[in-house]
Amino acid sequence: MARAATAALLLILAAAAPVAAQEALEGLTPLSSEPLQQNTGREAIQIGLSTNRVEITADFSGADLTIFGSVENVDPQIARQGRYDVVVVLEGPAREVVVRRKDRVLGMWINMASESFINVPMSYSVATTRMPQDITDAASYKRLSLGADNLHIEPLDREGNPVTIEDFRTALRDRKAAAGLFNMRVGGVEFLSQSLFRASLPLSPSVPVGTHKARAFLFKNGVFIGESSDYLTIVKAGFEQSIYRFSSNHGFAYGILATALAVLTGWLGRVVFRKD
Amino acid sequence: MGIYLPIAEMSVNLFVLLAMGAAVGFLSGMFGVGGGFLITPLLIFYNIPPAIAVATGANQVVASSFSGALSHMKKRTIDFKLGTVLLAGGVLGSTIGIYVFTLLRAVGQLDLFISLLYVILLGVVGGLMLVESVRALRRARDGAAPTLKKSGQHNWIHRLPLKMRFRASKLFVSVIPVIGIGAGIGFLSAIMGVGGGFIMVPALIYLLKVPTNVVVGTSLFQIIFVSAFTTIVHASTNYTVDVVLAFMLMIGGVAGAQYGAKAGQRLRGEQLRALLALLVLAVALRLGFDLFVRPNSIYSLATPGY
Repeated sequence: MARAATAALLLILAAAAPVAAQEALEGLTPLSSEPLQQNTGREAIQIGLSTNRVEITADFSGADLTIFGSVENVDPQIARQGRYDVVVVLEGPAREVVVRRKDRVLGMWINMASESFINVPMSYSVATTRMPQDITDAASYKRLSLGADNLHIEPLDREGNPVTIEDFRTALRDRKAAAGLFNMRVGGVEFLSQSLFRASLPLSPSVPVGTHKARAFLFKNGVFIGESSDYLTIVKAGFEQSIYRFSSNHGFAYGILATALAVLTGWLGRVVFRKD
Repeated sequence: MGIYLPIAEMSVNLFVLLAMGAAVGFLSGMFGVGGGFLITPLLIFYNIPPAIAVATGANQVVASSFSGALSHMKKRTIDFKLGTVLLAGGVLGSTIGIYVFTLLRAVGQLDLFISLLYVILLGVVGGLMLVESVRALRRARDGAAPTLKKSGQHNWIHRLPLKMRFRASKLFVSVIPVIGIGAGIGFLSAIMGVGGGFIMVPALIYLLKVPTNVVVGTSLFQIIFVSAFTTIVHASTNYTVDVVLAFMLMIGGVAGAQYGAKAGQRLRGEQLRALLALLVLAVALRLGFDLFVRPNSIYSLATPGY
Protein backbone atom coordinates (compact mmCIF):
# COMPACT_ATOMS: atom_id res chain seq x y z
CA MET A 1 0.00 0.00 0.00
CA ALA A 2 2.73 2.37 0.98
CA ARG A 3 4.61 1.46 -2.20
CA ALA A 4 1.62 2.26 -4.37
CA ALA A 5 1.21 5.59 -2.66
CA THR A 6 4.83 6.46 -3.33
CA ALA A 7 4.53 5.53 -6.97
CA ALA A 8 1.47 7.72 -7.36
CA LEU A 9 3.16 10.62 -5.64
CA LEU A 10 6.11 10.23 -7.88
CA LEU A 11 4.05 10.39 -11.06
CA ILE A 12 2.33 13.53 -9.91
CA LEU A 13 5.60 15.15 -9.11
CA ALA A 14 7.10 14.15 -12.40
CA ALA A 15 4.14 15.66 -14.23
CA ALA A 16 4.24 18.81 -12.20
CA ALA A 17 7.94 19.34 -12.76
CA PRO A 18 8.59 22.35 -14.97
CA VAL A 19 9.58 21.57 -18.51
CA ALA A 20 13.30 21.85 -19.09
CA ALA A 21 14.12 25.15 -20.72
CA GLN A 22 15.93 23.94 -23.82
CA GLU A 23 14.98 20.48 -24.87
CA ALA A 24 13.75 17.95 -22.35
CA LEU A 25 14.99 14.44 -22.88
CA GLU A 26 12.18 12.09 -22.18
CA GLY A 27 12.07 8.81 -20.45
CA LEU A 28 14.31 9.46 -17.53
CA THR A 29 12.17 8.67 -14.54
CA PRO A 30 12.86 6.87 -11.29
CA LEU A 31 13.20 3.14 -11.51
CA SER A 32 11.81 2.42 -8.11
CA SER A 33 11.74 3.75 -4.65
CA GLU A 34 11.35 1.93 -1.43
CA PRO A 35 8.44 2.79 0.84
CA LEU A 36 9.08 5.69 3.13
CA GLN A 37 9.86 4.51 6.58
CA GLN A 38 10.48 6.32 9.80
CA ASN A 39 14.12 6.20 10.79
CA THR A 40 14.62 2.49 10.46
CA GLY A 41 18.19 1.99 9.40
CA ARG A 42 20.65 4.02 7.45
CA GLU A 43 19.83 6.39 4.60
CA ALA A 44 20.48 5.23 1.06
CA ILE A 45 20.27 6.89 -2.31
CA GLN A 46 18.68 5.52 -5.45
CA ILE A 47 18.66 6.81 -8.99
CA GLY A 48 17.22 5.01 -11.92
CA LEU A 49 16.87 5.62 -15.59
CA SER A 50 13.83 4.19 -17.28
CA THR A 51 15.74 4.19 -20.53
CA ASN A 52 19.41 3.45 -20.93
CA ARG A 53 19.63 4.83 -24.42
CA VAL A 54 19.23 8.42 -25.49
CA GLU A 55 19.22 9.37 -29.16
CA ILE A 56 20.32 12.82 -30.17
CA THR A 57 20.07 14.15 -33.68
CA ALA A 58 23.05 15.37 -35.65
CA ASP A 59 22.11 19.04 -35.23
CA PHE A 60 21.82 18.60 -31.45
CA SER A 61 22.39 21.99 -29.89
CA GLY A 62 22.59 21.02 -26.25
CA ALA A 63 19.88 19.96 -23.80
CA ASP A 64 19.16 19.34 -20.18
CA LEU A 65 19.21 15.77 -18.99
CA THR A 66 16.88 15.19 -16.09
CA ILE A 67 17.46 12.37 -13.63
CA PHE A 68 15.06 11.57 -10.80
CA GLY A 69 16.10 9.83 -7.63
CA SER A 70 15.11 9.22 -4.07
CA VAL A 71 16.67 9.08 -0.65
CA GLU A 72 15.51 6.19 1.49
CA ASN A 73 15.10 6.10 5.25
CA VAL A 74 14.99 9.87 5.44
CA ASP A 75 15.19 11.40 8.88
CA PRO A 76 12.39 13.98 8.61
CA GLN A 77 14.04 16.33 11.05
CA ILE A 78 17.30 16.50 9.13
CA ALA A 79 15.38 16.80 5.89
CA ARG A 80 13.41 19.74 7.29
CA GLN A 81 16.64 21.44 8.23
CA GLY A 82 17.85 20.88 4.68
CA ARG A 83 20.94 19.04 5.76
CA TYR A 84 20.71 16.31 3.15
CA ASP A 85 22.73 17.11 0.07
CA VAL A 86 22.94 15.33 -3.24
CA VAL A 87 25.60 15.59 -5.93
CA VAL A 88 24.83 14.01 -9.30
CA VAL A 89 27.57 13.39 -11.83
CA LEU A 90 27.33 12.32 -15.45
CA GLU A 91 30.66 11.01 -16.64
CA GLY A 92 31.29 10.45 -20.35
CA PRO A 93 33.28 7.62 -21.92
CA ALA A 94 37.00 7.65 -21.17
CA ARG A 95 39.65 8.09 -23.86
CA GLU A 96 43.27 9.02 -24.20
CA VAL A 97 43.78 12.76 -24.60
CA VAL A 98 46.86 14.59 -25.85
CA VAL A 99 47.32 18.11 -24.51
CA ARG A 100 49.58 20.28 -26.66
CA ARG A 101 51.09 23.61 -25.82
CA LYS A 102 52.00 26.23 -28.39
CA ASP A 103 55.17 28.18 -27.93
CA ARG A 104 56.65 31.02 -29.88
CA VAL A 105 59.27 29.88 -32.37
CA LEU A 106 60.65 32.47 -34.81
CA GLY A 107 57.60 34.56 -34.02
CA MET A 108 55.17 31.79 -34.91
CA TRP A 109 52.95 29.94 -32.48
CA ILE A 110 53.81 26.29 -32.91
CA ASN A 111 52.76 23.18 -31.00
CA MET A 112 55.85 22.22 -29.02
CA ALA A 113 55.42 20.36 -25.74
CA SER A 114 52.71 17.75 -25.26
CA GLU A 115 51.51 15.43 -22.56
CA SER A 116 49.21 12.42 -22.91
CA PHE A 117 46.65 11.42 -20.33
CA ILE A 118 44.85 8.11 -20.25
CA ASN A 119 41.24 7.31 -19.37
CA VAL A 120 40.13 10.93 -19.38
CA PRO A 121 36.34 11.22 -19.32
CA MET A 122 35.31 13.02 -22.50
CA SER A 123 32.68 14.90 -20.53
CA TYR A 124 31.99 15.46 -16.86
CA SER A 125 28.85 17.23 -15.67
CA VAL A 126 28.06 17.91 -12.04
CA ALA A 127 24.82 19.07 -10.47
CA THR A 128 24.61 19.87 -6.77
CA THR A 129 22.02 20.99 -4.25
CA ARG A 130 24.21 23.82 -2.96
CA MET A 131 27.58 25.43 -3.39
CA PRO A 132 30.06 22.55 -3.25
CA GLN A 133 31.99 24.02 -0.31
CA ASP A 134 28.75 24.13 1.70
CA ILE A 135 28.09 20.42 1.19
CA THR A 136 31.26 18.85 2.49
CA ASP A 137 34.96 19.62 2.85
CA ALA A 138 37.68 19.43 0.24
CA ALA A 139 39.15 16.27 1.73
CA SER A 140 35.90 14.35 1.20
CA TYR A 141 35.68 15.47 -2.41
CA LYS A 142 39.22 14.37 -2.93
CA ARG A 143 38.61 10.99 -1.33
CA LEU A 144 35.56 10.43 -3.52
CA SER A 145 37.33 11.83 -6.65
CA LEU A 146 34.26 13.99 -6.97
CA GLY A 147 34.24 17.10 -9.11
CA ALA A 148 36.27 18.00 -12.18
CA ASP A 149 39.10 19.35 -10.05
CA ASN A 150 39.38 16.14 -8.05
CA LEU A 151 39.03 13.84 -10.99
CA HIS A 152 42.00 11.55 -11.18
CA ILE A 153 43.65 12.28 -14.53
CA GLU A 154 46.52 9.93 -15.05
CA PRO A 155 49.46 10.78 -17.31
CA LEU A 156 50.62 8.18 -19.81
CA ASP A 157 54.20 8.84 -18.77
CA ARG A 158 54.22 8.55 -14.98
CA GLU A 159 57.92 9.37 -14.75
CA GLY A 160 57.42 12.82 -16.27
CA ASN A 161 58.11 16.10 -14.52
CA PRO A 162 55.26 16.47 -11.97
CA VAL A 163 55.14 20.25 -12.36
CA THR A 164 54.74 20.05 -16.14
CA ILE A 165 52.18 17.30 -15.80
CA GLU A 166 50.18 19.41 -13.36
CA ASP A 167 50.30 22.38 -15.77
CA PHE A 168 48.99 20.25 -18.61
CA ARG A 169 46.38 18.65 -16.36
CA THR A 170 45.10 22.08 -15.39
CA ALA A 171 45.08 23.07 -19.06
CA LEU A 172 43.11 19.93 -19.91
CA ARG A 173 40.42 20.80 -17.35
CA ASP A 174 40.41 24.39 -18.54
CA ARG A 175 40.00 23.43 -22.22
CA LYS A 176 37.29 20.89 -21.38
CA ALA A 177 35.46 23.53 -19.36
CA ALA A 178 35.84 26.05 -22.19
CA ALA A 179 34.28 23.53 -24.58
CA GLY A 180 31.38 23.06 -22.14
CA LEU A 181 32.30 19.43 -21.61
CA PHE A 182 33.33 19.81 -17.98
CA ASN A 183 30.62 21.77 -16.23
CA MET A 184 28.96 22.25 -12.90
CA ARG A 185 25.45 23.43 -12.08
CA VAL A 186 25.04 24.59 -8.51
CA GLY A 187 21.41 24.14 -7.54
CA GLY A 188 20.95 21.62 -10.35
CA VAL A 189 19.65 19.12 -7.83
CA GLU A 190 16.38 19.99 -6.17
CA PHE A 191 14.45 18.13 -3.53
CA LEU A 192 10.87 17.75 -4.64
CA SER A 193 9.83 16.25 -1.33
CA GLN A 194 11.70 15.02 1.71
CA SER A 195 12.89 11.97 -0.18
CA LEU A 196 12.56 12.69 -3.88
CA PHE A 197 14.99 14.77 -5.87
CA ARG A 198 15.43 15.85 -9.43
CA ALA A 199 18.81 16.54 -11.00
CA SER A 200 19.16 18.44 -14.23
CA LEU A 201 22.50 18.28 -15.99
CA PRO A 202 23.50 20.25 -19.05
CA LEU A 203 24.49 18.17 -22.08
CA SER A 204 26.89 20.11 -24.31
CA PRO A 205 26.25 20.23 -28.08
CA SER A 206 29.47 18.27 -28.50
CA VAL A 207 28.52 15.65 -25.91
CA PRO A 208 30.46 12.48 -26.79
CA VAL A 209 28.51 9.46 -27.91
CA GLY A 210 29.00 6.28 -25.95
CA THR A 211 28.30 4.97 -22.50
CA HIS A 212 27.91 7.58 -19.79
CA LYS A 213 27.85 6.76 -16.13
CA ALA A 214 25.41 8.62 -13.91
CA ARG A 215 26.30 8.65 -10.21
CA ALA A 216 24.50 10.23 -7.31
CA PHE A 217 26.23 10.93 -3.98
CA LEU A 218 24.31 11.51 -0.77
CA PHE A 219 25.67 13.65 2.05
CA LYS A 220 24.10 14.13 5.48
CA ASN A 221 25.43 16.96 7.62
CA GLY A 222 28.49 17.05 5.40
CA VAL A 223 29.19 13.35 5.80
CA PHE A 224 29.18 11.04 2.79
CA ILE A 225 26.47 8.40 3.23
CA GLY A 226 26.31 6.45 0.01
CA GLU A 227 26.09 6.50 -3.74
CA SER A 228 24.07 4.98 -6.53
CA SER A 229 24.90 4.69 -10.21
CA ASP A 230 23.39 3.75 -13.51
CA TYR A 231 24.49 3.71 -17.12
CA LEU A 232 23.21 5.64 -20.04
CA THR A 233 24.20 5.27 -23.67
CA ILE A 234 24.07 8.35 -25.87
CA VAL A 235 23.82 7.62 -29.56
CA LYS A 236 23.47 9.94 -32.50
CA ALA A 237 20.70 9.33 -34.99
CA GLY A 238 19.72 10.73 -38.36
CA PHE A 239 20.96 10.97 -41.92
CA GLU A 240 24.18 12.82 -41.12
CA GLN A 241 25.04 10.21 -38.55
CA SER A 242 24.54 7.45 -41.13
CA ILE A 243 27.06 9.22 -43.34
CA TYR A 244 29.45 9.51 -40.43
CA ARG A 245 29.11 5.83 -39.56
CA PHE A 246 29.52 4.79 -43.17
CA SER A 247 32.63 6.94 -43.56
CA SER A 248 34.27 5.50 -40.47
CA ASN A 249 33.30 1.87 -41.07
CA HIS A 250 33.76 1.71 -44.84
CA GLY A 251 36.29 4.43 -45.59
CA PHE A 252 37.32 3.05 -48.96
CA ALA A 253 33.77 2.64 -50.30
CA TYR A 254 32.94 6.09 -48.92
CA GLY A 255 35.92 7.56 -50.79
CA ILE A 256 34.81 5.89 -54.04
CA LEU A 257 31.28 7.23 -53.60
CA ALA A 258 32.53 10.74 -52.79
CA THR A 259 34.63 10.64 -55.98
CA ALA A 260 31.75 9.29 -58.06
CA LEU A 261 29.53 12.06 -56.71
CA ALA A 262 32.17 14.62 -57.69
CA VAL A 263 32.43 13.24 -61.23
CA LEU A 264 28.65 13.22 -61.59
CA THR A 265 28.37 16.78 -60.26
CA GLY A 266 31.16 17.92 -62.56
CA TRP A 267 29.42 16.39 -65.57
CA LEU A 268 25.96 17.69 -64.62
CA GLY A 269 27.38 21.13 -63.95
CA ARG A 270 28.84 21.18 -67.43
CA VAL A 271 25.58 20.02 -69.03
CA VAL A 272 23.37 22.40 -67.06
CA PHE A 273 25.50 25.52 -66.96
CA ARG A 274 27.63 25.23 -70.09
CA LYS A 275 28.39 28.56 -71.65
CA ASP A 276 30.62 27.64 -74.60
CA MET B 1 20.03 28.17 -43.31
CA GLY B 2 22.18 25.86 -41.24
CA ILE B 3 23.51 22.58 -42.49
CA TYR B 4 25.30 20.01 -40.38
CA LEU B 5 28.57 18.60 -41.65
CA PRO B 6 28.78 14.97 -40.52
CA ILE B 7 32.56 14.61 -40.63
CA ALA B 8 33.59 18.08 -39.51
CA GLU B 9 30.84 17.72 -36.85
CA MET B 10 29.73 21.30 -37.00
CA SER B 11 26.89 23.40 -38.30
CA VAL B 12 27.61 25.86 -41.06
CA ASN B 13 25.55 28.18 -43.21
CA LEU B 14 24.47 26.55 -46.46
CA PHE B 15 24.46 29.81 -48.41
CA VAL B 16 27.94 30.74 -47.28
CA LEU B 17 29.20 27.42 -48.65
CA LEU B 18 27.34 27.78 -51.94
CA ALA B 19 28.58 31.35 -52.32
CA MET B 20 32.12 30.30 -51.47
CA GLY B 21 31.96 27.51 -54.06
CA ALA B 22 30.44 29.82 -56.67
CA ALA B 23 32.97 32.60 -56.09
CA VAL B 24 35.93 30.24 -56.30
CA GLY B 25 34.33 28.44 -59.25
CA PHE B 26 33.86 31.76 -61.05
CA LEU B 27 37.50 32.70 -60.46
CA SER B 28 38.69 29.26 -61.48
CA GLY B 29 36.70 29.39 -64.69
CA MET B 30 37.97 32.90 -65.36
CA PHE B 31 41.63 32.11 -64.79
CA GLY B 32 41.60 28.48 -65.87
CA VAL B 33 42.75 27.19 -62.50
CA GLY B 34 41.20 24.45 -60.39
CA GLY B 35 40.48 26.65 -57.39
CA GLY B 36 41.59 24.13 -54.78
CA PHE B 37 44.26 26.53 -53.57
CA LEU B 38 41.53 29.06 -52.76
CA ILE B 39 38.90 26.65 -51.41
CA THR B 40 41.11 25.08 -48.73
CA PRO B 41 42.27 28.38 -47.12
CA LEU B 42 38.71 29.74 -47.28
CA LEU B 43 37.45 26.66 -45.45
CA ILE B 44 40.19 27.09 -42.85
CA PHE B 45 39.15 30.76 -42.41
CA TYR B 46 35.61 29.44 -41.93
CA ASN B 47 36.87 27.36 -38.97
CA ILE B 48 36.71 24.00 -40.71
CA PRO B 49 39.56 21.88 -39.25
CA PRO B 50 42.51 22.02 -41.70
CA ALA B 51 42.70 18.22 -42.06
CA ILE B 52 39.07 18.13 -43.22
CA ALA B 53 39.45 21.25 -45.37
CA VAL B 54 42.33 19.60 -47.26
CA ALA B 55 40.71 16.19 -47.89
CA THR B 56 37.37 17.78 -48.78
CA GLY B 57 39.14 20.25 -51.04
CA ALA B 58 40.63 17.32 -52.96
CA ASN B 59 37.14 15.87 -53.39
CA GLN B 60 35.84 19.20 -54.70
CA VAL B 61 38.75 19.44 -57.14
CA VAL B 62 37.61 16.14 -58.75
CA ALA B 63 34.35 17.82 -59.73
CA SER B 64 35.85 21.05 -61.03
CA SER B 65 38.67 19.36 -62.94
CA PHE B 66 36.30 16.81 -64.50
CA SER B 67 33.98 19.59 -65.56
CA GLY B 68 36.91 21.50 -67.03
CA ALA B 69 38.47 18.46 -68.72
CA LEU B 70 35.19 17.71 -70.52
CA SER B 71 35.39 20.91 -72.51
CA HIS B 72 39.05 20.25 -73.38
CA MET B 73 38.14 16.73 -74.45
CA LYS B 74 35.67 18.20 -76.90
CA LYS B 75 38.31 20.60 -78.21
CA ARG B 76 40.84 17.73 -78.35
CA THR B 77 43.39 19.67 -76.34
CA ILE B 78 44.48 16.83 -74.04
CA ASP B 79 47.71 14.88 -74.46
CA PHE B 80 46.54 11.59 -72.95
CA LYS B 81 49.95 9.94 -73.07
CA LEU B 82 51.68 12.81 -71.29
CA GLY B 83 48.79 12.98 -68.84
CA THR B 84 49.11 9.29 -68.03
CA VAL B 85 52.84 9.52 -67.33
CA LEU B 86 52.23 12.59 -65.13
CA LEU B 87 49.50 10.61 -63.43
CA ALA B 88 51.85 7.74 -62.59
CA GLY B 89 54.10 10.25 -60.85
CA GLY B 90 51.08 11.88 -59.25
CA VAL B 91 49.89 8.66 -57.63
CA LEU B 92 53.37 8.07 -56.26
CA GLY B 93 53.63 11.61 -54.89
CA SER B 94 50.13 11.49 -53.42
CA THR B 95 50.89 8.23 -51.62
CA ILE B 96 53.96 9.78 -50.02
CA GLY B 97 51.97 12.92 -49.25
CA ILE B 98 49.24 11.02 -47.44
CA TYR B 99 51.83 9.15 -45.40
CA VAL B 100 53.42 12.47 -44.39
CA PHE B 101 49.96 13.93 -43.69
CA THR B 102 49.07 11.08 -41.31
CA LEU B 103 52.44 11.34 -39.60
CA LEU B 104 52.18 15.12 -39.12
CA ARG B 105 48.66 14.74 -37.80
CA ALA B 106 49.83 12.23 -35.21
CA VAL B 107 52.51 14.59 -33.90
CA GLY B 108 50.25 17.64 -33.94
CA GLN B 109 52.10 19.61 -36.62
CA LEU B 110 49.68 19.16 -39.51
CA ASP B 111 47.89 22.51 -39.19
CA LEU B 112 51.18 24.37 -39.04
CA PHE B 113 52.60 22.48 -42.02
CA ILE B 114 49.50 23.14 -44.14
CA SER B 115 49.59 26.86 -43.29
CA LEU B 116 53.32 27.14 -43.97
CA LEU B 117 53.08 25.33 -47.31
CA TYR B 118 50.22 27.59 -48.35
CA VAL B 119 52.00 30.75 -47.26
CA ILE B 120 55.17 29.78 -49.12
CA LEU B 121 53.56 28.47 -52.30
CA LEU B 122 50.89 31.14 -52.59
CA GLY B 123 53.41 33.80 -51.72
CA VAL B 124 55.88 32.66 -54.38
CA VAL B 125 53.30 31.98 -57.09
CA GLY B 126 51.37 35.17 -56.31
CA GLY B 127 54.54 37.24 -56.22
CA LEU B 128 55.86 35.87 -59.52
CA MET B 129 52.51 36.33 -61.20
CA LEU B 130 52.26 39.89 -59.96
CA VAL B 131 55.74 40.79 -61.19
CA GLU B 132 55.12 39.13 -64.53
CA SER B 133 51.71 40.73 -65.09
CA VAL B 134 52.90 44.18 -64.04
CA ARG B 135 55.75 43.85 -66.54
CA ALA B 136 53.30 42.77 -69.22
CA LEU B 137 51.04 45.71 -68.41
CA ARG B 138 54.00 48.10 -68.68
CA ARG B 139 55.04 46.59 -71.99
CA ALA B 140 51.50 46.92 -73.30
CA ARG B 141 51.47 50.57 -72.24
CA ASP B 142 54.88 51.21 -73.84
CA GLY B 143 53.67 49.48 -76.98
CA ALA B 144 56.48 46.92 -77.08
CA ALA B 145 55.77 43.45 -78.42
CA PRO B 146 55.59 40.73 -75.79
CA THR B 147 58.60 38.43 -75.83
CA LEU B 148 57.40 34.94 -75.09
CA LYS B 149 59.88 32.11 -75.01
CA LYS B 150 59.38 29.84 -77.97
CA SER B 151 58.68 26.17 -77.36
CA GLY B 152 61.26 23.79 -78.73
CA GLN B 153 64.14 25.47 -76.93
CA HIS B 154 66.38 22.99 -75.20
CA ASN B 155 67.75 22.97 -71.65
CA TRP B 156 69.35 20.46 -69.27
CA ILE B 157 66.04 18.60 -68.86
CA HIS B 158 66.24 17.54 -72.49
CA ARG B 159 69.55 15.80 -71.92
CA LEU B 160 68.14 13.28 -69.38
CA PRO B 161 67.86 9.59 -70.38
CA LEU B 162 64.70 7.40 -70.77
CA LYS B 163 63.24 9.53 -73.52
CA MET B 164 59.69 9.11 -74.66
CA ARG B 165 57.76 10.59 -77.54
CA PHE B 166 54.56 12.52 -76.84
CA ARG B 167 52.91 13.06 -80.19
CA ALA B 168 50.07 15.39 -79.21
CA SER B 169 52.55 17.73 -77.50
CA LYS B 170 55.17 17.31 -80.23
CA LEU B 171 57.67 16.44 -77.51
CA PHE B 172 60.54 13.99 -77.23
CA VAL B 173 61.59 14.16 -73.63
CA SER B 174 62.86 12.03 -70.73
CA VAL B 175 60.13 10.57 -68.49
CA ILE B 176 62.14 11.45 -65.35
CA PRO B 177 61.13 15.14 -65.17
CA VAL B 178 57.58 14.26 -66.22
CA ILE B 179 57.19 11.77 -63.39
CA GLY B 180 59.01 14.17 -61.06
CA ILE B 181 56.60 17.02 -61.78
CA GLY B 182 53.66 14.64 -61.40
CA ALA B 183 55.00 13.34 -58.08
CA GLY B 184 55.67 16.81 -56.67
CA ILE B 185 52.17 17.95 -57.50
CA GLY B 186 50.63 14.70 -56.22
CA PHE B 187 52.41 15.33 -52.91
CA LEU B 188 50.98 18.85 -52.72
CA SER B 189 47.57 17.55 -53.66
CA ALA B 190 47.58 15.16 -50.68
CA ILE B 191 48.80 17.72 -48.16
CA MET B 192 47.18 20.90 -49.44
CA GLY B 193 44.00 19.62 -51.07
CA VAL B 194 44.85 21.37 -54.31
CA GLY B 195 44.75 20.05 -57.84
CA GLY B 196 48.07 21.77 -58.44
CA GLY B 197 47.17 23.29 -61.80
CA PHE B 198 48.68 26.59 -60.76
CA ILE B 199 52.08 24.88 -60.50
CA MET B 200 51.56 22.21 -63.14
CA VAL B 201 50.76 24.67 -65.94
CA PRO B 202 53.89 26.82 -65.55
CA ALA B 203 56.03 23.70 -64.95
CA LEU B 204 54.83 22.09 -68.16
CA ILE B 205 55.29 25.28 -70.17
CA TYR B 206 58.64 26.44 -68.84
CA LEU B 207 60.36 23.18 -67.90
CA LEU B 208 59.07 20.73 -70.49
CA LYS B 209 58.14 23.25 -73.21
CA VAL B 210 54.73 21.66 -73.71
CA PRO B 211 52.72 23.69 -76.24
CA THR B 212 50.34 26.01 -74.38
CA ASN B 213 47.24 24.76 -76.21
CA VAL B 214 47.42 21.28 -74.65
CA VAL B 215 48.82 22.32 -71.26
CA VAL B 216 45.59 23.17 -69.43
CA GLY B 217 43.65 20.18 -70.75
CA THR B 218 46.44 17.72 -69.97
CA SER B 219 46.90 19.21 -66.52
CA LEU B 220 43.16 18.95 -65.81
CA PHE B 221 43.07 15.38 -67.12
CA GLN B 222 45.74 14.21 -64.71
CA ILE B 223 44.33 16.30 -61.83
CA ILE B 224 41.02 14.41 -62.04
CA PHE B 225 42.76 11.13 -61.31
CA VAL B 226 45.28 12.36 -58.77
CA SER B 227 42.65 14.19 -56.74
CA ALA B 228 40.29 11.19 -56.99
CA PHE B 229 43.10 8.97 -55.71
CA THR B 230 43.87 11.48 -52.94
CA THR B 231 40.19 11.65 -51.95
CA ILE B 232 39.85 7.87 -51.75
CA VAL B 233 43.04 7.38 -49.75
CA HIS B 234 42.20 10.24 -47.35
CA ALA B 235 38.74 8.76 -46.89
CA SER B 236 40.10 5.33 -46.06
CA THR B 237 43.06 6.33 -43.87
CA ASN B 238 42.27 9.66 -42.22
CA TYR B 239 38.43 9.73 -42.46
CA THR B 240 38.61 13.43 -43.23
CA VAL B 241 36.51 13.72 -46.41
CA ASP B 242 33.25 15.52 -45.65
CA VAL B 243 31.00 14.63 -48.55
CA VAL B 244 28.23 17.05 -47.53
CA LEU B 245 30.69 19.94 -47.42
CA ALA B 246 32.30 18.86 -50.70
CA PHE B 247 28.94 18.59 -52.45
CA MET B 248 27.88 22.13 -51.47
CA LEU B 249 31.18 23.49 -52.77
CA MET B 250 30.91 21.47 -55.99
CA ILE B 251 27.44 22.75 -56.80
CA GLY B 252 28.53 26.34 -56.36
CA GLY B 253 31.84 25.60 -58.06
CA VAL B 254 30.68 23.97 -61.29
CA ALA B 255 28.03 26.65 -61.81
CA GLY B 256 30.44 29.47 -61.10
CA ALA B 257 33.17 27.98 -63.33
CA GLN B 258 31.05 28.06 -66.49
CA TYR B 259 30.12 31.73 -65.98
CA GLY B 260 33.68 32.58 -64.98
CA ALA B 261 35.05 31.09 -68.21
CA LYS B 262 32.67 33.27 -70.18
CA ALA B 263 33.61 36.39 -68.21
CA GLY B 264 37.31 35.58 -68.58
CA GLN B 265 37.10 35.76 -72.36
CA ARG B 266 36.07 39.40 -72.20
CA LEU B 267 38.83 40.62 -69.90
CA ARG B 268 42.43 41.36 -70.77
CA GLY B 269 44.91 38.66 -69.79
CA GLU B 270 47.45 40.82 -67.95
CA GLN B 271 44.90 42.65 -65.84
CA LEU B 272 43.25 39.34 -65.04
CA ARG B 273 46.53 37.82 -63.95
CA ALA B 274 47.44 40.84 -61.85
CA LEU B 275 44.09 40.55 -60.09
CA LEU B 276 44.55 36.84 -59.46
CA ALA B 277 48.07 37.50 -58.18
CA LEU B 278 46.77 40.07 -55.69
CA LEU B 279 44.09 37.65 -54.54
CA VAL B 280 46.61 34.84 -54.08
CA LEU B 281 48.92 37.15 -52.13
CA ALA B 282 46.05 38.30 -49.91
CA VAL B 283 45.20 34.69 -49.02
CA ALA B 284 48.88 33.97 -48.27
CA LEU B 285 49.15 37.05 -46.04
CA ARG B 286 46.01 36.19 -44.11
CA LEU B 287 47.22 32.61 -43.48
CA GLY B 288 50.66 33.86 -42.52
CA PHE B 289 49.19 36.46 -40.17
CA ASP B 290 47.37 33.74 -38.19
CA LEU B 291 50.66 31.98 -37.50
CA PHE B 292 52.05 35.02 -35.72
CA VAL B 293 49.04 36.04 -33.68
CA ARG B 294 48.90 34.71 -30.15
CA PRO B 295 46.09 32.11 -30.05
CA ASN B 296 43.23 32.42 -27.55
CA SER B 297 44.60 29.50 -25.64
CA ILE B 298 48.07 28.16 -26.15
CA TYR B 299 46.81 24.73 -25.12
CA SER B 300 44.79 22.41 -27.34
CA LEU B 301 43.36 18.94 -26.89
CA ALA B 302 43.48 16.05 -29.32
CA THR B 303 42.15 12.54 -29.12
CA PRO B 304 44.48 10.12 -30.88
CA GLY B 305 42.82 7.94 -33.46
CA TYR B 306 39.64 10.02 -33.77
